[in-house]
Amino acid sequence: MRFDLHTLRALLQGDRQADRVVPPTGFTAQLTLFASGAMAFLAVFALALSLASGRLAQRWGDELARTATIRIVAPEDQRAIQTTAALEVLSTTPGIASARALTDEEQQALLAPWFGQDLPLDALPVPRLIEIVVTRDGFDATGLRLRLAAEVPGAVLDDHGRWRAPLVSAAQRLRILGWAAALLILGAVAAMVTLAANAALAANAQVVAVLRLVGATDSYIAQAFVRRFTLRALIGSGVGVVIGLLAVWLLPTGGDTPGFLTGIGFQGAGWLVPLLLPLICAAVALIATAYAASRALRTLT
Amino acid sequence: MPRAGAGVIELENVAYSYGGGELLSDISVKLAPGSFHFLTGPSGAGKTTLLKLCYGALLPTAGHVRLFETDVRALERDDVAMIRRKIGVVHQDVQFLDHLPVADNIALPLTVSGRHAEAAGPDLGELMAWVGLTNRAGAVPPELSGGERQRAALARAVIMSPDVVLADEPTGNVDWDMSQRLLTLLVELNRMGKTVLIATHDLSLIRAAKAQVQARVLRISNRRVQLAGADL
Ligand SMILES: Nc1ncnc2c1ncn2[C@@H]1O[C@H](COP(=O)(O)OP(=O)(O)OP(=O)(O)O)[C@@H](O)[C@H]1O
Ligand SMILES: [Mg+2]
Repeated sequence: MRFDLHTLRALLQGDRQADRVVPPTGFTAQLTLFASGAMAFLAVFALALSLASGRLAQRWGDELARTATIRIVAPEDQRAIQTTAALEVLSTTPGIASARALTDEEQQALLAPWFGQDLPLDALPVPRLIEIVVTRDGFDATGLRLRLAAEVPGAVLDDHGRWRAPLVSAAQRLRILGWAAALLILGAVAAMVTLAANAALAANAQVVAVLRLVGATDSYIAQAFVRRFTLRALIGSGVGVVIGLLAVWLLPTGGDTPGFLTGIGFQGAGWLVPLLLPLICAAVALIATAYAASRALRTLT
Repeated sequence: MPRAGAGVIELENVAYSYGGGELLSDISVKLAPGSFHFLTGPSGAGKTTLLKLCYGALLPTAGHVRLFETDVRALERDDVAMIRRKIGVVHQDVQFLDHLPVADNIALPLTVSGRHAEAAGPDLGELMAWVGLTNRAGAVPPELSGGERQRAALARAVIMSPDVVLADEPTGNVDWDMSQRLLTLLVELNRMGKTVLIATHDLSLIRAAKAQVQARVLRISNRRVQLAGADL
């Protein structure tokens, strides 16, 4: 089947008379509708997963890259001095927006979940924590470590890099996995439609022979099938997407908690992405059927 | 411009084989515009095969078939479709779309060529009346009798007003009266200037026709086509 603007227009306009030349196939039609609906439903989740992991990767990457902590592990009498020294060093380190030692109350609050409210902080060798906010350009962690080692022996810099990297890369992998799943689903739609179109063409060999006899061109015959499968894929996947979106919308959200499971879903313009699915499914069905038909019609005489 | 003396369908030293031995050998036939031919021969002689060569459904294994002065081997698939619109064919085992009413089946050549049956309304009605199927228009083909199907096939073959009508055993499963009616329809078409070729083994049909029209009889025997003499 040759494909040009003319065929595309004919396809979109439809031709009720032409549609009737191929006998209606109730059962196959319903299977195609169902399968493309189910595929679109799954694709919505794959997309939701992918977009959510993308957002997570970005947020974790951003947030963690911009904070760091220094622990001052020193004997009771040294702690205050070393803390001041560390703050001194930090104030002259490029890339650090601000740094401040946590107060006793704040440290107590941090530990409260584990040790209860009235922990005698000064009686325990709890390290003092300094919270660092990093500028967008970041700072040189190795250089800072060297300076701290020289000037503040009890300081331990934790730039969160150790545990940040695997988290971010896991989120990125998950995003790629989501996209791959969506692509595989589209591939499955193509395979399913090709099979269904082949079956329909084979089942209608007699119809094709009659059409040939009365002077139908290959593209006319192909279009009768292509239009059918394209419409079925469009309608089926449209329904699947709507149901999928509803399901995603109904997923519980965790409010402000930065959990992963509660973050699956769409945000803002992201809600529009799945709406492309029916169009893509229809395009995939169109190409798959046109391909199947042009091959089948070449062999059927 | 057609070549002077050119036929609408020309076979030149044509041979055909389905894979085994040659079924048809060294056949040269020319159907002049407006001519009326019968093709006869025993069952299995290759009448249907020769007809299929005449509308491009089969390609000769040797020699040349020219349809409207174009060699069939030079035709693209779409060209074949266009040629089918100029050659009306009545199949031996009449083929219809069983899910569509007779009227739509008869109008099918119009539908597939992008002209609508509604546009051809009066023509379709006239045609249905001509073959006496007006009151069967809404029936689907499986509901028709053998003779009704043959008439419907003839109506479908001529709805595009083709230059040529090829009919394979058009009177195959009808009684004498009906076969005379069908013959009359074909003779009428020929009077309108159409080239007609009828494959049949029914010699009485040929005799009946000879009374109405100047018909030539081609006979397939021994893989070749001869012009049959007055021995019929
Ligand atoms: N598609 C095919 N493949 C192989 N052999 C075929 C095919 N079609 C026909 N034949 C053989 O070719 C021979 C001629 O067949 P054809 O249908 O042309 O005969 P015919 O003269 O029309 O016979 P009838 O009067 O019975 O209709 C027969 O022996 C038939 O079995
Ligand atoms: Mg035959």
